[in-house]
Amino acid sequence: MSETYTLYNQTVMEHFMNPRNMGDIKDADGVGEVGAAACGDIMKISLKIKDGKIEDARFKTFGCGSAIASSSMATELIKGRSIDEAMNFSNQEVVDALGGLPPVKIHCSVLAEEALKAALEDYLKKHPEMAKKGEAVAA
Amino acid sequence: MRQVYLDHQASTPVLPEVFDAMKPFFTEAFGNPSSLHQHGLRVRDALAKARSQYAALINAESPDDIIFTSDGTEAANLAIKGVAYANQRKGTHLVVCETEHPSVVNSIEFLEKQGFTCTRVKVDREGMLNPEDVRAALTDKTTLIAVHHVNHDIGTIEPIKEIGKIANEKGIAFYVDAEASAGWLPIDVQAMGANLLSFSPHRFYGPKGVGILYRNRKARMVSVIHGGVQEGGRRAGTENVPAIVGGGLAAEIALREMPERIAHTARLQKRLWDGLKSKIAYIKFNGPEPGPKRVSTNLNISTEFIEGEGQLLLCDMNGIAVASGSSCVSKSLKISHVLAAIGLDHALAQGNIIISLGKDNTEEDMDYVVETFVKIVDKLRNMSPMWDEFQRGIIDSVIAPTGRGKSFSEHAAAVSGKAAH
Repeated sequence: MSETYTLYNQTVMEHFMNPRNMGDIKDADGVGEVGAAACGDIMKISLKIKDGKIEDARFKTFGCGSAIASSSMATELIKGRSIDEAMNFSNQEVVDALGGLPPVKIHCSVLAEEALKAALEDYLKKHPEMAKKGEAVAA
Repeated sequence: MRQVYLDHQASTPVLPEVFDAMKPFFTEAFGNPSSLHQHGLRVRDALAKARSQYAALINAESPDDIIFTSDGTEAANLAIKGVAYANQRKGTHLVVCETEHPSVVNSIEFLEKQGFTCTRVKVDREGMLNPEDVRAALTDKTTLIAVHHVNHDIGTIEPIKEIGKIANEKGIAFYVDAEASAGWLPIDVQAMGANLLSFSPHRFYGPKGVGILYRNRKARMVSVIHGGVQEGGRRAGTENVPAIVGGGLAAEIALREMPERIAHTARLQKRLWDGLKSKIAYIKFNGPEPGPKRVSTNLNISTEFIEGEGQLLLCDMNGIAVASGSSCVSKSLKISHVLAAIGLDHALAQGNIIISLGKDNTEEDMDYVVETFVKIVDKLRNMSPMWDEFQRGIIDSVIAPTGRGKSFSEHAAAVSGKAAH
């Protein structure tokens, strides 16, 4: 076979074959682990937060190619963002940055958004003073 | 990079002699078998020869009992719908095995919407049916029993002869889906007591584009595709002559080479599984052990703590072509209904890979697959929160429980707020 055909586009395949930020963080400031009831995948995101900004983000994922690529891309995108910015993170950013996902795999990007938010909530529970004044800690 | 094709269940390459046999029927012998001139008569003759070749593969009483359709799925549709509709005044109850192929499962669902009823007989943890359970499901309104010969996911060989005896005793039509066994296991429709049986040549080195339905006189059946009077009025439409001719030759060769093909794949099946289980921890072989209860070509494995589509992709990137029953590879996001039926733990169904061997696979191929899969499992386990949590005693293994930690399913339900389906 002279040509290679891939199930996903080049960006998704790249993040699957060579994921960014894979791993855990020792003494993480926030950890979120979520599961997709849809398919049974599980994603875990760990954060290091300093001066209200995400200094480092790592992921671990039990899931398909899109799930791994989504969590890899999500951790890339959120590094350096403030907590507020990160709380507004949307799965669409992941989909766009990956150059698109098949419709049946969009839920993988949603899972990444949920894992990130779960990690932030975990952090805010431990540091309620960091929640913005007037804003309730997100449900 | 070494290319190892392990998805023979999905399709097989056409043999060179089969390809050669097909070619004239595209160009010089292009006639329609229904035409009454030389061009038609010539190909009609070729079809008759092919009919005998297919009949020989399954020991059918007569080549006239062979019907050509477009593929195995259409043959299954014809068997089920054709018999159900033909007998609906007598009764509208059908009995099937719960682990049939989607072409059977969905045909049944369609008929249920039309007012038929169906009993799905359960299988045991190896996917095996108990003939007495089939007997218990029968009513005086039952007009069809449908059971597959070999399971497409886990390779279980069903007790067809025993079920055939029961069907014949009760005078109920018995349909056997032999898609996963034709060419790979001896088939004798007379000994099976089968009234109908289906298969397609693209599983045994013939072309796609044709399916075979065997139907003997004892089964009343109406046609499902209507039009001209091809196939003795049982299935209208111009026959796919090149595919039928090619498939016939493939059937003849399959019959002749069967003992060697079975012995060869059985050796490889053992070598591959022995290699995988000796090098990879927390790996499970689903379905019956290799031996008389399982077809020699199939391996169905679950590797714990990692997901199946990821394994499939990494295999593909390393030249290894496999399939999976994980929910992530299905368009409905559901695990294979066969894995669910045998009670496989959801997490293990998620980590599923299906391998189907062929005559061209070699021992070197098996060794390459083992050493590559070891690296794939390592890479995915390093990425997996489940592997990490298992090592830390937070969750326990299903395959080899240590007694520490909760189950993956409990854990997954806790983190997702809902039980995994």
